Formats: sequence, structure tokens, C-alpha cells
Amino acid sequence: MVGIKSYGAHIPRFRLDRNIMQLALLFLGFAPLRGEKAVANWDEDSVTMAVAAATDCLKGEDKDKVEGLYFATTSQTYALRQNAGIISAALDFKTNVRTADFTDATKSGTAAMLAAADAISAGSLNSCMVTAADCRVSKIGSNGDYTYGDGAAAFLLGKDDVIAKIEGSYSTSHDFVDRRRLQGERLEHMWEERFIRDAGYMKFIPEAVMGLVKKYDLKAQDFSKVIYACAFTGAHAALGKTLGLTPEQVQDPLLATVGDTGVAQTLIMLVAALEDAKPGDKIMVVSFGQGCDAFYLTVTDNITRIKDKKAVKRNLANKVALGSYEKYLAFRKLMPSEIGIRGEETVFTSFSIISRDSRELYGMVGTKCKKCGTPSYPVQRICPNPDCGAVDQNEPYRFADKRAEIFTYTSDFLAPSIDPPASYGLIDFEGGGRAMVDFTDCDANAIKVGMPVEMSFRIKYADEKRAAVNYGWKAMPIVA
Amino acid sequence: MAEGIKDKVAIIGMGCTKFGERFDAGPQDLIVEAFVECLADAGIEKKQIQAAWWGVHMPDISVGRGATALGITLKLPFIPITRVENFCATGSEALRGAVYAVASGAYDICLALGMEKLKDTGYGGLPLAGGLGYKTPMVSANLSAPGGFAMMATKYFSKYNLSPQDGKMMLARVSAKSHKNGALNPKAHLRKEITVEQIMNAPIVAWPLGLFDCCGVSDGSAAAIVCRADMAKKFRPDPVFVKSLQISVSSGEEMMYTKWDGAHVEPAYRAGIAAYKEAGIKNPREEISMAEVHDCFSITEAVTMEDLQFSARGKVKEDIEAGRFNLDGPQPVQPDGGLKCFGHPIGASGLRMMYEMYKQLQGKADKRQIKDPKIGLTHNMGGFPFMNIVSVCIVGK
Repeated sequence: MVGIKSYGAHIPRFRLDRNIMQLALLFLGFAPLRGEKAVANWDEDSVTMAVAAATDCLKGEDKDKVEGLYFATTSQTYALRQNAGIISAALDFKTNVRTADFTDATKSGTAAMLAAADAISAGSLNSCMVTAADCRVSKIGSNGDYTYGDGAAAFLLGKDDVIAKIEGSYSTSHDFVDRRRLQGERLEHMWEERFIRDAGYMKFIPEAVMGLVKKYDLKAQDFSKVIYACAFTGAHAALGKTLGLTPEQVQDPLLATVGDTGVAQTLIMLVAALEDAKPGDKIMVVSFGQGCDAFYLTVTDNITRIKDKKAVKRNLANKVALGSYEKYLAFRKLMPSEIGIRGEETVFTSFSIISRDSRELYGMVGTKCKKCGTPSYPVQRICPNPDCGAVDQNEPYRFADKRAEIFTYTSDFLAPSIDPPASYGLIDFEGGGRAMVDFTDCDANAIKVGMPVEMSFRIKYADEKRAAVNYGWKAMPIVA
Repeated sequence: MAEGIKDKVAIIGMGCTKFGERFDAGPQDLIVEAFVECLADAGIEKKQIQAAWWGVHMPDISVGRGATALGITLKLPFIPITRVENFCATGSEALRGAVYAVASGAYDICLALGMEKLKDTGYGGLPLAGGLGYKTPMVSANLSAPGGFAMMATKYFSKYNLSPQDGKMMLARVSAKSHKNGALNPKAHLRKEITVEQIMNAPIVAWPLGLFDCCGVSDGSAAAIVCRADMAKKFRPDPVFVKSLQISVSSGEEMMYTKWDGAHVEPAYRAGIAAYKEAGIKNPREEISMAEVHDCFSITEAVTMEDLQFSARGKVKEDIEAGRFNLDGPQPVQPDGGLKCFGHPIGASGLRMMYEMYKQLQGKADKRQIKDPKIGLTHNMGGFPFMNIVSVCIVGK
């Protein structure tokens, strides 16, 4: 038996109201849909969002038992440097794991799911984390500009105590070029919308659904939820009717609240479906992107075991208005921002240091003194407790999953930032230890001494001149 | 048995350039300007200088590294020269090298010179990039100098239950007092009085510090010539004697261990204690006539009063409101206007502080003259409150 043991998701806090976009872009045309889209913070990308979703998924699970990590995206920061490897380091997985990136198509998320499921069925892996994330940009005023949203989903696949069994799949491949981007380009090119709708979605989704139900001798009515990708609200609704689904069976595509999250779209929808699922429910998932992957799951009694996940509900509720289209353009570097001459001085990134200190920098693993119990981050060979000072008597100690309290802070308008002021401070961890960190996802006016925070894996800085985007851990106010 | 350096060394000459945005001067110009005044004040010839200590914190944006920058600029004749650096305590570090060299008996006459040329960068605020090494920016916060100290203000307000308004008012009084003094000083960069209202309403740089809570970035240089105490009266009737010179550096416990309260600077407290012991000072509040402290930010000066035991812990606000540290108060602090009015050319500041104490003790402080000062103290700090270096130097007649 192979299936999902746990799930998680991440939807960025900022939401951009499409009415605001419309005001900025009226000279080009009309918004294809209303509502709002989720916009990643300036310090997020597909990798950081995947780490957030995977962290949500791993709560309650033993990370040291995970044997693989597959990551899907079409919007990676690095084109050469495995993204799954960065995520694995950030999750502090052991090093003898299998990692792989799945990319180039919005159906890569389901490709990763099926590859992981097959590895487990074949017995070559006992467990595998699958995470999918997209943080896409498009020409201003384009369909993608309005429709796309940023987000990530994560699933831990295994063979014991699954909450949903992966029963079967049916895949198609069609070299249907709805959107394309050449190597080295940042912005995609989209074909005709009507063609994509009528010759694409309206044909291929039903083809995959019918292929799946015929293969397993099922009917559409057997499913509590049918999840299918579609970037267009009208077409998404029309497909529901074409497939003969009741409104209750159609899983909300979240286009009006999050946007089209690319590889993550159907998988975020799956997380949402699982949040409300009951034992015995059958759920179908159909992705789209040069063909489709369709697969289905049966929810087990173990579904009630899942507690305390941010998943989709809590992520949806945690929202702050971005406030302007220009800020979105600045965050995604679609428009160069003036951050001053001071901001032009970039840190030299030594990849020797990143390699040597990977567990410390990316896994947020510091040291704990074996003599007096004082935790330290960064790693300290000599204990900082003035009454101890033990040398090389320590063990690795992870801070990434520890809560902390703000000891002191400032919000700084001088430190170069794309979203000033830059907030940072000293935080004291539960269980001991104190560290100086940047803050993120916070309102400068709401920070207080004593405020509880949790850690989040983010971009620390980008040095375009030297092709170095570096990651690290920041503190984030805890949201219920 | 080590016995300290009290009364073993005297300062017989000092020089100090005009500080400010010296777009008219390069680093070599500043070095020469300070040296020429210093040599003339000492009344000796260049060839009598036996060794030199040269302080500059950011040579990469001005003269470059090594001791050759000083030797070649001043055409010093193949004498020993050591370049020193200790963040913003660099100026005092240069003095320390020269003073200890003479106290050790190795030399009779030494030169200490500090300089910094910051204004060729093209932007405001200290250039921090690279100053913390390759790894720190990867793992620590994207901080600025004002931000590093602003955090101490946040914690001080929190610990002593000061509302943001009351806390900022306390800090505003500190800066207003310094500006009043700087207005009397021809060598200062900023020479205008500023009111408490203007300071309170200034734009925020790093909360809770506003524009006038922060010293400016400027260029300057200062120098001292020191000699054996028993030779000093040969050169002038009014030498200034070094009573103590102590340094303390953070152990790491402030930023990595949870004992530090965030509202004081531990190295300042410890350097003060060591300096008072060496100089034989039993009651700093009563015995220290005047001081130049490191007011890079208003909060630094306020907290320093407590660290140096001029004020009791948590009580500096009362002393500030009573005008204790005003020029006409019982214990004047920053009589020359401080970093607040001079700005902070890093390598020079420690020696600029000593220049004011020297002139005050000689009765040559002009409109800023304090009545009959006996003991002066300089407090020169480098780094941030949580990773810090403090040098305390006490001088007298």
C-alpha cells in the first residue's frame, strides 16, 4: 500500500487585489477575473515556499526517516544547482536521501507525486517528501500577470499509516504549447486563450478523467471531490458540467483567493480537500500542462490523526493587503528599485563556506553544550556561558523548529531594503539560546519586546552580479 | 608584579583637523593637517619621534592597509610604525600603543595618529559591507550602525518602563546639550544649536532613533605626541599626564547567552572599573571633572553615564533632566560637542576626544572652558552594544 501520510501548504501572506491591478493596467485592457492573488514576499521564492509547506507537512513526523525529496517547479531561482538539494538541507534531512527536481511543465507536481508513489510501491524508497511550488511572473497586463498566484504544497508519501491511499493513475502527453519560455528567458509567452480553453482544457481534462475511470471501472459519481487544473474561471466551471459533477464535487480552484499556482495548483487543492475529507472519501486529482496526470486516492480512518497544520485554511486566513501593484513589480524585480548606493555593496558569497557550514546556515543547526546545556546559534566550539566555557564539548542542536521571544529589536530605514524599514533583533529561544536575526512577514508598527516568533527559511540577499542568491533563517511573528 | 601606567606617560603635543564633510581634502591631507599642528604644539622636531602608532578603521576606502600609508605620507625616517584597528575604538588604540611603548621604557617619545576619510563613498551612513567578514552577513541580520544601537534604546525603554515619548525626550535632551557645545567649537562639523522639539520631530532612522539621535559620517584626523613623564616639563610647562588607559572587549555572552539585559554595555562598565582602579579613582561621579564619551547615538551617551558610574543604573534620565552633564553643570560631558557635532571619522575620534580633554586641562578650551578641571576621561567605543570594545582613558595634571 502506498499513500499520503501527511500534508502541508504555504500561501504567502500578501494578497494583491485585482481591482488595484486593474487601475494600474486599465490602459492595456481589462482584468480577466477579480478577487485577489497571493504574492510572495520579496524574500520568498519557489524553494523557500516549498520549505514552508514541507515544514508544515513534517510537524508530527520524523524527518530522519524520510528517504527522498522530490521538488516540482517551473520558476526556480537556480537553473543549475539542484533545488531539491537546497530544500533537503533546509529541512535538515540526512544526506543519504534521493533528491530530484521535476520541472518545465505545470503537470510536474503530479509527475513528482507519481514518481514518489512508484518508488515506494517498488520498494526502492520507504518514504518520500514531495513538494511543489511556483512563484511565476508574466508580462504586465497579461493573463498570467492577473491570474497567477504564488504558493506551495507538500506531501509525505509512505506505506504505513497512510491517511489516503494512492490507488491508481492515468497519464497523457500532448505537446500542446499553451505557454512557453526558452532557456534564459524570464517571461513566458502565451498562445491564444480561446484555443487553450477549447483545444486544451476542454479536451484534455475530460480525456484524462475518462481514461482514469475506465481503467479502474469507476464513475465520476464515486468521487467526493474531483480536483482539476484550470487557469480560467469560466472554463473551470464549464468543465464541472462537462464531467457531470455536482457543485459539491468540484474542488474550489482558489483562483479568486490565491490565483493559479502552477505546479502547486492541484496539489494545494488536494491539501484543501484532505482538510475536509472523511474516511472512505475518494478524491481525484487531474493536472494540466502538455497533457495530464490523473490519479485518485481513497481516504482512510487515519485522516483523523492529522492535527495542527497550517494547510490551506489557516494560510488563507493569514493575509495582509499588499496595497499596490508597484510593490509587486518591485518585489519580483520586474522594475528596478532605487535602494541607494549603500545597497549596491553586496556581500561576497563564498560557496566554500556554504558547503562547509551547510547544516548550520541552511538547516539552522547550532550547538548545545554538553556540560551546561547552553544552546548556541551560530555554532560555537567554545561555550558562551561565562561560567562554563567548555571547549569542543557540544552536540548538534537544531533551532529551526524552536519558538522564540523577541528580546529587543529595531525597524531600520538605513539598512538597504526593497521594503523598508528592515526589521531585525535579538531573539531568545525556548529551551535556551539567543541569536541576532532578520525579521520577516511582520508589520513594523506591531513589533513588541516579548512577542513570540517562529523561524522561516527565506532569501537573505541576492547578488545578481555574482549569480549568488543566498538563503537563511529569519524570525516571523507567530500567527494563530 | 604589574603596576599599571599611572603617571608614567605625558602628552606634550596634540593636533586636530577641522572635522566635517571634507570634500576639499583627501586622506593624506587630513593626516598632514593633524600632524603639523601636533608637532608645532609639542615644539619638537620630526626626527625626535622614535616610533608611531597609526589608527585607521577602513583603509580600503581611503589610504590602503599597512603602516606605509603613515610613514610615506609624513616622510617618517624609517622608524617603527604599527597600524592598529579596533572598530570605532581605533583612535584610542593608536594612543594605547604609543603610551604603552613609552611606559614600557622601550621609547622616550612616540606619535599616535588616527584618521578616517569616509566621504569618498558617495552615500550617507557607515559603509558596513565586508566589515563583519564573509560569513556573518549570511547568518546574522542585515543591520546598520544606527539599528545596532537602536536595539539598546528599545530595551532600555522596555526595562525601565519609559514610554516611547518619554524615552525619546530623554535622548533628545542629550543631543540638544551637545549641539549647544558644538556651536562654540570652530573645529566641529555641525555648529548650530538644535532644539528638543526639532529632535523629537526628526524623521526616524532606525526606531526609536531619529536623525538627530545619530552622529554624522565625516572626515578628520587627530594626533598626539607622548613622552616619559619625567621628561615632560622639558617640552612644556603644562603637560597632561596619563593616569590610566584600559580596554575591555565583549566575550560573546551578550549576543549568545541570555544573561545580558540589553540595556547597558558590559565592556564599558568593566573598562571603567579597571581604569578607575589604575588611576586610583574611588568615586567617579565626584572625581571625574569632565568626560568625552562615545555619543555615536544619543542612547549610547545616556547608557554610558550609567556604565561609567556617573549615574546609577536606570537613573540617568533624572541626571539629564537636572542638567548634570551640561557645560555649566557639575559634571560636563561632551564639552567639545562630541561625535554628535564632529561626526565620526572612525580612526580619529578617540584622539579627538583626548584633544578636548588636553586643551581643557591646559585652560585653552576658549568659549567652552570648564572652570578648573582636575581629571578628564575619554570613553571610546567600537562595535555594537552586543559585541563591543571600549577604551577608557583618564588624564590629569
